[in-house]
Amino acid sequence: MAEYLILIYEDENGYANASPDVFQQVMEAHTRFAQQVEQRGGKIVSGNALQPTSTATSIRGDVVTDGPFAETKEALGGYYLVEAPDLDHALDIAKLCPARFGGVEVRPIMDFSGG
Amino acid sequence: MSAAQGPGATGKTRDAVGESPGAGDASRPGRSGTGQDRGKDRAGSDSAAAVADAHRREWAFVLAATARVAGDIDLAEECVQDAYVAALDAWSRQGVPRNPGAWLTTAARRRAIDALRRNRTLRGKLPLLIEPAPPVAVSSPPAPVPGEDDVIPDDRLRLVFTCCHPALAREAQVALTLRLVCGLTTTEIAQAFLVPEPTMAARVTRAKKKISAARIAYRVPGAAELPDRLDGVLTVVHLLYTTGHTAPTGENLVRDDLVERAIDLVRMLHSLMPDEREVRGLLALLLLTDARRVTRADADGRLLLLAEQDRSRWNRDAIAEGIALVPGALRGGSPGRFALQAAIAALHAEAPSYAETDWRQIVQLYDALLAVWPSPVVALNRAVALALAEGPEAGLAQIQELEAGGRLADYRYLPAAKADLLRRLGRREEAAQAYRAAMSLTENTAERAFLDRRIAEVGGQPEPGRATG
Repeated sequence: MAEYLILIYEDENGYANASPDVFQQVMEAHTRFAQQVEQRGGKIVSGNALQPTSTATSIRGDVVTDGPFAETKEALGGYYLVEAPDLDHALDIAKLCPARFGGVEVRPIMDFSGG
Repeated sequence: MSAAQGPGATGKTRDAVGESPGAGDASRPGRSGTGQDRGKDRAGSDSAAAVADAHRREWAFVLAATARVAGDIDLAEECVQDAYVAALDAWSRQGVPRNPGAWLTTAARRRAIDALRRNRTLRGKLPLLIEPAPPVAVSSPPAPVPGEDDVIPDDRLRLVFTCCHPALAREAQVALTLRLVCGLTTTEIAQAFLVPEPTMAARVTRAKKKISAARIAYRVPGAAELPDRLDGVLTVVHLLYTTGHTAPTGENLVRDDLVERAIDLVRMLHSLMPDEREVRGLLALLLLTDARRVTRADADGRLLLLAEQDRSRWNRDAIAEGIALVPGALRGGSPGRFALQAAIAALHAEAPSYAETDWRQIVQLYDALLAVWPSPVVALNRAVALALAEGPEAGLAQIQELEAGGRLADYRYLPAAKADLLRRLGRREEAAQAYRAAMSLTENTAERAFLDRRIAEVGGQPEPGRATG
């Protein structure tokens, strides 16, 4: 098994303007996602939603600045760390990951264990 | 040496799989002559030619089988290259083995196993190919692995599907396919695509790294994914062919090496997946299109349109082979895009002349093609056929609609097709303008010369004019 990080990139305005109904649906979608991952032989190692980029602070060198590292229309809003046997399985899982106002990126975790 | 004895076990696997792509098919069109039959009397005296021949015919099989043992593409490539070098020497002394592919596979696999034994401590650090099934034990000799995945027991397909995995960029898929499946060197691939060699080398390296780092599995996709994934593979082969068919830049209209590699590849796919109708369709399409290759330019390299080509010089064997494939590609469910294009190409190939072509049926086939493949390029081709079936005005109206849609803004054949219809309608000034627009979109010397002639014919200035709007 290998580990993959599923990064959820979404337009934050989508959530800023969302009704309680929409929030409810999104929460349900994530609960359903967690169940589906298990059914597909994968495993969620961890996962979190992030506060919006307006709460972000960036540091480059010694300089501390307000805001995210890069301003983009679709910002990193949450992630899942999952286990899957190979990329095809990881992509299968990632396709199920809710990202109502954007999409997801899948990145393999680097393995330093060697030997 | 034992490696020269020729492997029994792998040989059997090999035989069970069938002949190599197009083996014994001396009638293959457009062959450059390097792939001649191996004459029995020549064995031994002409081992270099046999090795070159085996390189072309067997590379994919040998590499695919070795990759399974090596578990690593780079190591497998190295071992296969070594095996070919060893063959050069061994075959000149001992004669060409009965089954060169099996000989090479055994030799390459032995090298891979030796390398793995030597580097066992390093093994964990080698970028591994990910296999769905447990890998062959390193300590045992290469065993035949027949029918491991019951659908298609041949590793060449694993290799092709890995190279064309959708997680790789299209240009990387193309480069990897040429490198790993066709055995071209990075230098050759760079030349074929007119890309600087370091750029191509970086592209290949990056793609290989992604395969191992992201764990792209070395396998043939399951039944559910197969249609999509196969379409991706066929798209790569078709792209290779079209790149060679009308090279986007450069002196020659056709780049034979790419065209022939594409046909070799689709032949291989067809031999491995004889029931896949779109594979059959693509093979038919390429054969039928390629049958016209020598007539697409005159002795001076001037581009000749379909209407101007000498049909008596079309390759009749290729046409017969292509046409024979079409019914099977069309039947058994709604036909796919390659089958439909093959059917269109078949109508062209069968027509005694341009004027006597069944343009109405071609328009109908384009309608069907648009339904499965709603591409503006298809719509443009349909418009041209429509102009021939119903007159230039009908075609022109469609082209203008497409032009307004804006999706073909950079597509050189749109202004070229529009110019041709305007010319036939006697609207010379507008035609010249459209020819100039087409000129600004191509760097191919033969195409530019053709457009120059056309501009002169309609009485325009050969130099790009400053005409506005």
